[in-house]
Amino acid sequence: MKPTRITECGNWVLERFPVTKFWNEHMAHYYAPKNFNFWYFFGSLALLVLVNQIITGILLTMNYKPDAKLAFDSIEYIMRDVPWGWLVRYMHSTGASAFFIVIYLHMFRGIMYGSFKHPRELIWIFGMLLFVALMAEAFMGYLLPWGQMSYWGAQVIISLFSAIPVIGDDLSLWIRGDYVIADATLNRFFAFHVIAVPLVLVMLVFMHIVALHEVGSNNPDGIEIKESKDPWGHPVDGIPFHPYYTVKDIVGVAVFLLFFATVIFYMPEMGGYFLEHANFIPADPMKTPEHIAPVWYFTPFYSILRAIPDKFAGVIAMGSSIVVLFLLPWLDRCKVKSIRYRGGIFKKALFLFVISFLALGYLGTQPVTPVATTLARLFTTIYFGFFLLMPIYTRWEKTKPVPRSLTKVHSLEEQLHTLEEQLPALIQEITELKPVVTEIGHPAFKSSFFSRRPNPEGMLNVISRLAKKAKGSLD
Amino acid sequence: MNNKGVDKSKRQFLTSALTVVGAVGTGYLAVPFLAQMQPSVKAMAAGAPVEVDISKMETGQLIRVAWRGKPVWVLNRTPDVLATLKTLDNELRDPLSNESDQPPSSKNPVRSIKPEIFVAVGLCTHLGCSPTFRPEIAPNDLGDKWKGGFFCPCHGSWFDLAGRVYRGVPAPTNLVIPPYRYVSDTLIIIGESAEEKAA
Repeated sequence: MKPTRITECGNWVLERFPVTKFWNEHMAHYYAPKNFNFWYFFGSLALLVLVNQIITGILLTMNYKPDAKLAFDSIEYIMRDVPWGWLVRYMHSTGASAFFIVIYLHMFRGIMYGSFKHPRELIWIFGMLLFVALMAEAFMGYLLPWGQMSYWGAQVIISLFSAIPVIGDDLSLWIRGDYVIADATLNRFFAFHVIAVPLVLVMLVFMHIVALHEVGSNNPDGIEIKESKDPWGHPVDGIPFHPYYTVKDIVGVAVFLLFFATVIFYMPEMGGYFLEHANFIPADPMKTPEHIAPVWYFTPFYSILRAIPDKFAGVIAMGSSIVVLFLLPWLDRCKVKSIRYRGGIFKKALFLFVISFLALGYLGTQPVTPVATTLARLFTTIYFGFFLLMPIYTRWEKTKPVPRSLTKVHSLEEQLHTLEEQLPALIQEITELKPVVTEIGHPAFKSSFFSRRPNPEGMLNVISRLAKKAKGSLD
Repeated sequence: MNNKGVDKSKRQFLTSALTVVGAVGTGYLAVPFLAQMQPSVKAMAAGAPVEVDISKMETGQLIRVAWRGKPVWVLNRTPDVLATLKTLDNELRDPLSNESDQPPSSKNPVRSIKPEIFVAVGLCTHLGCSPTFRPEIAPNDLGDKWKGGFFCPCHGSWFDLAGRVYRGVPAPTNLVIPPYRYVSDTLIIIGESAEEKAA
């Protein structure tokens, strides 16, 4: 075919910029395990929410004023006077909570199916760095509306740094840029929230995906699909990411958007959990709200901080509760990845961990009472117990045998055997019985008998079937 | 031209020298970049002393004034409160304020220059929330042990009405007492210490 002007232009670009190569490596020829379940939606959903945050964030900066005197009013201006400003702002604020819901489920998936284990330790580390960067991003973003919760939340979190011996006070002064949370703090948090941390986030997402595509995705059965390949070198348990998982993820996106839109339009404050009531009062440095709590996604860690009756130890415990997650690939000594084939002790430990994480999250939203403090201490113990006792209890685990692959791989002998079985049927198909009339001799001796003759129609069927099969395996 | 081949040690030296020069240069550049996040001259200058007129205060009343952007409390304590303060020592972490931050003139059990008038920075020494003033005795939410004091709603720290911290709460030290002095019987200046003026 004669190349048209358009294909020539396309080739000119491709010779200089390998778009198709990139597309094939990461989408069309990237083989993902064929047994992904709904837990595997959350990675692509996190990417979707990140895009949502970036776009709505850019729109918000067009009307927001990072100034202690103007910030609170500029948010109200966006909500009331800017066309569709309320929608953009609610998409951004709901997006922040949605981000954490999606990320927590994504992380739980990783723990449940052992996606952090060899050879995916770095994917987990990059993911954890993403989680920390995301918490920094969310925390700094929460100061920007300059409401009571913004102000006192930032006061508490920055004071955490002052608990560090020797350098603590100077460090928290340097972070604030003033002796109290003030205009300087707001202005620099705006810079971090809008430029610095998003750049880090995007870079880490890139590294997370590059590392993932290097070693390949884990799956609910925790088997390595690269270990059994078909004669063409493709994993027998793999299917190309595009179109199979792009299409599947669109279903996930649709369901997610259904929930997302419901929250945005009908319950953008989520009863004070996504946007806290006290944050509709402008920041007042003279008065802390009666009951202050961080936004829901920080409450499990905040509970751990509150549970320890010592300033420095509390800060250390809260920091460790996140650091310990980084160490997970080395704490879990069980060779079996997926919970499907792991022992009961891990299932019970994980169940207790989830309960204590949720309970800590709930307690963090509640005022301090002696009972709540006792409970928080109990659940903090379970939280750390899950991780720190892991090297011990994962060794005792009685695991089930893990299949080598999902699809049964046939040996050559087996294949020949099946061919032998199929052969008579094949011969039947490509030939047909036809009466043979002999012309020789007397008509009285004219006899007829049946004989097998090639059948062009049957042959055509077989050939087209083979061709389809070959084409299918090439795809 | 020499034909002895490449002198690797010279290359190694040049590479090391360049690395060191580059690192030093980066270090010099890092100083202004990091230092520009320090408080500005304007922020440092905004610490002027504040005058408080206490002539109209009733006994038991608390007023809040802003000093260096922080809330400062001035509390007129009743004789009952002062009597209660003497009974609490066993429940406190630092009853004599040996490890706490206050000017020498306030380093006494009631933590003030004049026993009735209590002046303190209204920020919890744990993580900087402003505790609430709860003078009532044994309210429902705080329980029977509460003898009146300051309660931090953020992390549940307890302080008595001399700003002294209880045992078993997250706050490590007593509330900070700012430098202050009496200009007359009814006028206090917060931000200037009694010691400085005397000297």
